[in-house]
Amino acid sequence: MGKKRGYFGEYGGCFVPETLMPALEELERAFQRAKRDKNFNAEFESLLKDYVGRPTPLYFARRLTEHLGGAKIYLKREDLAHTGAHKINNALGQALLASRLMKKQRIIAETGAGQHGVATATGAALAGLSCDIYMGTEDIRRQKLNVFRMNLLGARVIPVDTGSKTLKDAINEALRDWTTNVRTTHYVLGTVFGPHPYPLLVRYFQSVIGREAKKQIIQKEGKLPEVLIACVGGGSNSIGLFSAFLDDKDVKMIGVEAGGKGIDTGLHAARFAGGAKGIFQGCLSYVLENKDGNILQTHSVSAGLDYASVGPEHAYLKDTGRVTYTYATDEEALQSFELLSRLEGIIPALESAHAVALAVKIAPKMPKDSVVIVNLSGRGDKDVQEVARIKGISL
Amino acid sequence: MKGFAVRGKLEYIKKQGKKAFIPYIMAGDPSLDETAKRLKLLHEAGADLIELGVPFTDPLADGPTIQRAAERALNSGTTLRKIISFLHDFKGSIDTPIILMTYLNPVFCYGIEKFFHDASEANVAGVIFPDLTVEESDSYRDFAKAYGIDTIFLVAPTSTPQRVKKVVRSSTGFVYYVSITGITGTELRLESTFNEHINFVKSFGKPVCVGFGVSTPQEAKYVAKFADGVIVGSAIVKIFHEAPERAYEFIKSLREAV
Ligand SMILES: Cc1ncc(COP(=O)(O)O)c(C=O)c1O
Repeated sequence: MGKKRGYFGEYGGCFVPETLMPALEELERAFQRAKRDKNFNAEFESLLKDYVGRPTPLYFARRLTEHLGGAKIYLKREDLAHTGAHKINNALGQALLASRLMKKQRIIAETGAGQHGVATATGAALAGLSCDIYMGTEDIRRQKLNVFRMNLLGARVIPVDTGSKTLKDAINEALRDWTTNVRTTHYVLGTVFGPHPYPLLVRYFQSVIGREAKKQIIQKEGKLPEVLIACVGGGSNSIGLFSAFLDDKDVKMIGVEAGGKGIDTGLHAARFAGGAKGIFQGCLSYVLENKDGNILQTHSVSAGLDYASVGPEHAYLKDTGRVTYTYATDEEALQSFELLSRLEGIIPALESAHAVALAVKIAPKMPKDSVVIVNLSGRGDKDVQEVARIKGISL
Repeated sequence: MKGFAVRGKLEYIKKQGKKAFIPYIMAGDPSLDETAKRLKLLHEAGADLIELGVPFTDPLADGPTIQRAAERALNSGTTLRKIISFLHDFKGSIDTPIILMTYLNPVFCYGIEKFFHDASEANVAGVIFPDLTVEESDSYRDFAKAYGIDTIFLVAPTSTPQRVKKVVRSSTGFVYYVSITGITGTELRLESTFNEHINFVKSFGKPVCVGFGVSTPQEAKYVAKFADGVIVGSAIVKIFHEAPERAYEFIKSLREAV
């Protein structure tokens, strides 16, 4: 954390219309209270255990390890969390915060892959809140199954047809809704992004991933891992995993962005490979933008990584060199999607497949006694139809 | 702080016992040539100050009307750079002070100091950044002051007394009172506490102008009772786009209502 409130070095801050500022101040107070509130934390932890199914396993991927012939690969199984992705940790935390500490009746959220939408709709059902989810029409097309799930859970999915019709446009609409209904509504932002205090708040709820993984690897291997790998959309599953290891200087960490069809094609969402500093949707971070400061269209095979900016803490971790950022292309992600399915019987989310793709690249070059943990941020059920379509198979 | 051209103009209007009429248009919608004509038309119709929007891909404080205007402007290749050079050439064509309204990222990418320097050379009188909170505004205000440009910050119906104080303190031109809890172009529905709240904002002695959702002469007239000026955006953007031949008459009727 930097010296200034809500900053990670020079990144972060709070850049929103004044109408929202009182709500962000209220949220920060509620967050500070939540951190100290024993009842709140007890309820959250008990839900994580009995409702979400935590701790999620740390699974030794024997067949994948043998196939690659290098480092031992462990998968942190966020795909086994209730609703099928890490997003549930944060969504439940915020739904509880909204209903218990802020007395709101309604929550809204944006979603790309639909996992955050499903998780928020689930949190709303559990807490008895009404719930609207903004989703780009391109993502609605790619993630039909999740749209249906949200509806089943009692949420309304509001299509967003502006701009690139993906995550960033859904965030704009959610912010517009919040600006209009800010007195009664809490905005459940889905990742470690946006205006202060969201990057810290979401990190708080996701840090359970790293704490568990650390304990589990020490139990299984008697040592810390050599490398951690996670995909980076906004950056919440990766911060969740990395946060517990940041002070362990010998643990190398790698964030994997969406390389899409390749950086030089311009069709990607690799902010660190192709972006620059900018102020966008509430904070200062790395952004895919042109020289005039307008935001560029993005592309990724995975809806959850298809976003023009990245959490400010990641920008800071990149500049300090603590975390290395690279990318995997659509093609590499699709290959890993199939590889993991065949070798381990685990169909990963296309987002998570980006992290697997990097393990496939680096593990063979590592010694056999070294350990890699890959965060399997979610399961691939939601992506099965889209992958079939890409392969030209009609279901 | 006394303020510069925007503040000066508002004080002049106040001395005459009048209220300011402040129309908004989007630069480059549909082209900068057309913008030059519209600026002159606004001047002739009696605008006291003019708000000129800079198009941005993700205008999160704006409703559909201004979003679409921004898209048209971007499609015509309009950028902050071109707008500033356009204003440079336009300098002296009208004597109405021009306020630039832009989201922060174009300014950030332009370079904050360079922006204020060039804007000042182009006779820009004031700036409004809808996504700049007073908390983040130190360097922007320092440069604005150094280059003689007024800063205008927004107060919302949700703003607490502490926040109102900060916003008023940071505003040198006027305080922009957002009439509704919402985005531009939304139907004007004033909250029951509007009266009391705006009087509180006015109690600090700086000029207060009201905007967001004002779309008819009747509404403008009503709002002018409480404020030092009235800002009309979406309704003007809309008529220029849909029925430009009626724009002059409509703007004139707003002017007279204020
Ligand atoms: C399964 C899965 N993994 C990863 C992400 C990317 O988000 P983040 O970087 O915040 O973890 C998403 C987002 O929708 C997702 O659904």
